[in-house]
Amino acid sequence: MKRVYVHEEWCLGCHLCEYNCAFANSGIADMVKALKNKKITPRIHVEEGGKIHYAVSCRHCEDPLCIKGCISGALTKDDEGVVTIDHNKCVGCLSCMLLCPYGCITTDENETVLKCELCMKNSCGAPACVQGCPNRAIVYEEVQE
Amino acid sequence: MAINFILPEFEVERNDYRCIRCRVCERQCANHVHSYDPDGDVMLSDETKCVDCQRCVCLCPTHALKIKKNDAALRTNANWKQNTILEIYKQANTGGVLLSSMGNPEPFPVYWDKILINASQVTNPSIDPLREPMETRVFLGKKPHDIERDENGNIKTELPPQIELELPIMFSAMSYGSISYNAHKSLATAAEALGICYNTGEGGLHEDFYQYGKNTIVQVASGRFGVYKDYLEAGAAVEIKMGQGAKPGIGGHLPGAKVGEDISKTRMIPEGSDAISPAPHHDIYSIEDLRQLVFSLKEATEYKKPVIVKVAAVHNIAAIASGIARSGADIIAIDGFRGGTGAAPTRIRDNVGIPIELALAAVDKRLRDEGIRQNVSLVVGGSVRSASDIVKAIALGADACYIATSALLALGCHLCRTCQSGKCNWGIATQDPELVKRLNPETGKERLVNLLTAWKHEIKEMMGLMGINSIEALRGNRLMLRGVGLNEKELEILGISHAGE
Amino acid sequence: MKYVIIGNGPAAVSCIDGIRSIDKDGEITVISKENHPAYFRPLISYYLEGKSKAENISCRPSDFYEKNGCEVVNGEVTAIDKDSQTVTLKSGEEIAYDKLCICTGSSPFVPPMQGLDTVDKKFTFLTIDDSYAIESAITKDSRVLIIGAGLIGLKCAEGLRDRVGEVTVCDLAPRVLSSILDDECAAIVQKHLENCGIAFSLGNTADHFDGNTAHMKDGSVIDFDVLVLALGVRPNIGFFKDAGGDCGRAIIVDNSMQTSIENIYAAGDCVEQYDISFGGKRIMALLPNANIGGRTAGVNMAGGKIEFDNAVPMNSIGFWGLHMMTAGTYANDGGAEMIEEKGENSVKRFFIKDNKLIGFIIIGDVKSAGIYTNLVRNQTDLTEFDFTSLIKNPNLLPFSEKNRRKTLGGVV
Repeated sequence: MKRVYVHEEWCLGCHLCEYNCAFANSGIADMVKALKNKKITPRIHVEEGGKIHYAVSCRHCEDPLCIKGCISGALTKDDEGVVTIDHNKCVGCLSCMLLCPYGCITTDENETVLKCELCMKNSCGAPACVQGCPNRAIVYEEVQE
Repeated sequence: MAINFILPEFEVERNDYRCIRCRVCERQCANHVHSYDPDGDVMLSDETKCVDCQRCVCLCPTHALKIKKNDAALRTNANWKQNTILEIYKQANTGGVLLSSMGNPEPFPVYWDKILINASQVTNPSIDPLREPMETRVFLGKKPHDIERDENGNIKTELPPQIELELPIMFSAMSYGSISYNAHKSLATAAEALGICYNTGEGGLHEDFYQYGKNTIVQVASGRFGVYKDYLEAGAAVEIKMGQGAKPGIGGHLPGAKVGEDISKTRMIPEGSDAISPAPHHDIYSIEDLRQLVFSLKEATEYKKPVIVKVAAVHNIAAIASGIARSGADIIAIDGFRGGTGAAPTRIRDNVGIPIELALAAVDKRLRDEGIRQNVSLVVGGSVRSASDIVKAIALGADACYIATSALLALGCHLCRTCQSGKCNWGIATQDPELVKRLNPETGKERLVNLLTAWKHEIKEMMGLMGINSIEALRGNRLMLRGVGLNEKELEILGISHAGE
Repeated sequence: MKYVIIGNGPAAVSCIDGIRSIDKDGEITVISKENHPAYFRPLISYYLEGKSKAENISCRPSDFYEKNGCEVVNGEVTAIDKDSQTVTLKSGEEIAYDKLCICTGSSPFVPPMQGLDTVDKKFTFLTIDDSYAIESAITKDSRVLIIGAGLIGLKCAEGLRDRVGEVTVCDLAPRVLSSILDDECAAIVQKHLENCGIAFSLGNTADHFDGNTAHMKDGSVIDFDVLVLALGVRPNIGFFKDAGGDCGRAIIVDNSMQTSIENIYAAGDCVEQYDISFGGKRIMALLPNANIGGRTAGVNMAGGKIEFDNAVPMNSIGFWGLHMMTAGTYANDGGAEMIEEKGENSVKRFFIKDNKLIGFIIIGDVKSAGIYTNLVRNQTDLTEFDFTSLIKNPNLLPFSEKNRRKTLGGVV
C-alpha cells in the first residue's frame, strides 16, 4: 500500500507540510479563512534541531500498537491497511498516544485524537503534505519491505 | 558609515489579511529579510536585504507576498541613471571593483528579436512533424573533405571523432564552485537522459560524476583546475577555454572562503586557497601555441575525442575563428557578449564583446569563403533563450547551441543576479549545504528534460513549417531568415535580406 | 481441532484472531458469562458520561463470530477436567476441548462490610450491566458515594459527575490512584478533581452502613442515595486452581501464554506474566496486554510459535483535561535512579536502572509519551543516544539518521 515517506536529506524545515495538512483537513475552501488567527493542529509535524529537519506522521504500521491499546475501537485498520480514527467512538483516553513509538498522534480541541489518515477523508484526494512539499522531501509511494 | 546613500532596490509588499503567520518566508530567506515579532503577532520585513529572488513569493501558501521595485527614486535623469549614481556611491564607499553575476542586462540590441523565420506555403509544401520523421540529431566534429568508398560501398575514409547529440543543444560550461553539486547532478543526469552533453566548466569533474562521462565535455581552462589523465579520458570531448562571453580577456577568481573540502578535492588545490584563473593560458601566447595544446590533448586522449576551442565573441572574430579552424581543433565554441557568469567585474561584463548573432554570421561566412567550414563544427552561446533563438542560430550557420542561463532558469533561478554573494536561495549558485539542499536533483533533472523536450518539439514544428526535415538542411540556410528593423550594415553582416524582399 | 475459549472480552476475541490467522477450519467455542458480544470494559464509564453509545462498545463488528466460525455459549465454567480435557458449566453441560484458553478476566472484590445488606441501591462497577443498573438508579439530584479512589472508582466519578447532584469518593489509602501514583503526583490529580467538583474523603472508609448512611472510620457521617463499591478486583481463577494449575494471585503463564497444565493457555486480566521492566511476573491488567496476549495464545494454540516477551504495565487516564500516563516499574519497587522534569502544569518522572528506562510517570504534558514507552518495552540502552534531550522533548531527533531512515522512510 502507498504511504507517506519522508526523506530527511531533502527536508528544508519550511513547515509547509504542516500548513497544507491543517488546511486540507479544515473543511474550509479558502486557505486564509481556514488558517488565519487559528492555532493549527496538523497531523504531520516537523522536528528539527541544528541542521536536521524532517517531518513525522503516522506510519500506518503493519502491526499497529495504537490499535491494541484503543479502548473504544475507534482506531482500526481498513482493508487497504490504512489506520483510521472513528471520531464518533474516540473517548480521548490517549492510550494510543501512550503506545505510538513515533509520537505521531496529537489531539484536537475536543481532546479526541488526530493523526494522518492519508487525506482519505477530506476532499484533497492525495496527501496534502506531499503536494505542498517544495522539495520532494515527502513522497507518497509504495515501498517494498 | 553613519549615512547610507544606497537606496534599497526593492520593497516587500505583504497583504496582511492573507498572511497567516506561517513563517515560511522567514525560514526560507537566506538573506534574513523576514522575521516574526511575537509581541504584535506580525511579520516584519527588512527590505534593504532583499535581492528579489522570489523565493518567499513562490513559497508563501496564501500568495500574500509581492516584491516590487522600490519607487523611492532619485530625480529622473536620462543620462545619470539611478543605477549609475548608486554604483558611484558603492565605489566611493569601498574602493572596490564592482562585481556582477549573470549576463549583461543593459539594453543593447537583441538581434534574435529582429530576425524572422520563413514558412512554406504555396510554392513549397510544409511538413507535418507529427506525421513525418524529423531529424534533430547532429554530429559535432571535423568533417572530411571527401568521402571515399570501397567496392562494396563502405566508407574507406577514416572519420575524425564526433560528439553525437540527439538535439542541437548542449549545456554550457558552469564550474563546480560557481554552481552547486546538486546543480551539476541535475545537469549531468538530464544530459544523459536527453542524449546531449553538459560541460564541467573550469572547476574540474567531481568523482561522483565520472559515471556520466560519455555525456560530459571536460574543460581545460587557464587555471587547469582538476586537469589530469583520468579527467581528460572521462569526457566525450575536451574543451580549451580561451575566453567566455561575459568577461573576455580576463581570468576568473573563486575566493578561498568558498574552497571547501569537496571543491578543493575536485579542483586539486589546497582548501581555503583562492582559485585564480589567469587571463591568458600561460602556455598559449600565439596561434601556434594553441595548435600545440590542441595536439597535446589529442595525444593524451589517443585522438579518440574531439577538441573544442571556446572563445568569446570579440572584434575580428572571423579571423580568430579561421586561425582556430586551421589549428587542428574539431569544434569552435563562440560565446557572445550576453553570456552569463557566476561573478565578473561589472564594467567588463557590460561593455566588452560583441553580439553572438553577428559573430556567428561573420565566422560562418568567413570559413565558407576560405573553404574550411567543414574543418570545424560551430557551437554558439551567449543568451540563447528559446527554441526560436536556436532555429535562427542554426540558420545563421551554427551546428549546435550552448545554453546555460536557460538551464539555470529551468532549475529555479529567478535571475536576481546576486550569485556572487554565495547565498543563492534556490540552491544553484551556492556551496552552503543548507541552501544546496533546496535543489533536489531529481526535480532538477525532470525540469531540464521537460524544457529541452519542449524545445525539441518546437524546433521540429518550426523546421516542419519551413518545409525542412533535418537540422543539416537548416544549417547555414540564411534564405530562411529575414531581418526587420535592421540597417544595411547589420543585414550585410548577418547575411540575410530584409523582410519584404 | 476443537478450540474452547472461556471468557468473551478483548483477550478472547484477540485469541480468535490468533487462531484464525493459522487455522481457518478448527471449531471454536466461546463460553461467555455475560450475555453480550465482547465489549471494551473501560467504556462503561464513558457510557454513563454520554461519550460512548451502547451500540458502539463492541470489540468487533456484529458478524465477527459468524465470519470466524465461532459458536458462542452463554454460561459459566465451574470445573476443568484436565485428563479428559473437558470443561463443565454451571448448567451441567460438558464441553470437550483440544486446546483451551482461559480469558475470564476478574470480578469486583467486595469485602465483608457491616450493614452493607441494609443499603438499598448498591452497585459494583465492572460490567456494562452495572452501568445500566446505576443509570436506572440515579436521578439528577442523587448523592453518590464511591468507595475506592482507584482507576475504577475515579472513572465512575467522572462518568457520573454531570448526571447527579454530588459525588464523594473515599478510600482507606491516603491518596488517589494509590496503586499507580506516589504522594506528590496523586496530590496534583486530587486537586484537579476537586476543582472539577468531586469531593474526597481519603485515609478514610466506611466502618459500617445504616441504610443510606455511611458511618466513616474517622467518625464522620456521609448520607447518600447510591453506593458504588470500587474496592478492587480479583482474577477469576477458582476452577483453574481447583484443577491443580499453578497460580500466584492470578494464573501463571510463560511467554507463549501457556499455563502449567498441558493444552491450557490463558490471557488477559486473569494472568500474571513476565514484566520486562520488573524482571519478574506480575498481573498487568491492561487492554494492550490482553490483546497481544490473547493473540499470542491463539497463534500458539493453532500450532504457531510466537512469544509475548515484552509486556509492561501501562496506563493512560485523563479527567477533564488533565492527563496522566505511566509505564513500567517505578517508585519503590525498582531500585532505580529517578530523573524529574517539572513544567508549568506538569511533572515527568523517569526511572533508570542499569542504563535502561524501566518506567515513567507523566502528569500533564503527555504528548508523544509513546516514545518513552518504546524505550521501556525495548529496553533500549540509554547511552546510545542523548536521553537528556528526550526528557524535555520526546521526539525522534536524538536517534540516528539511519534509524529515522528506517522508520520514516521504510515500512514499519
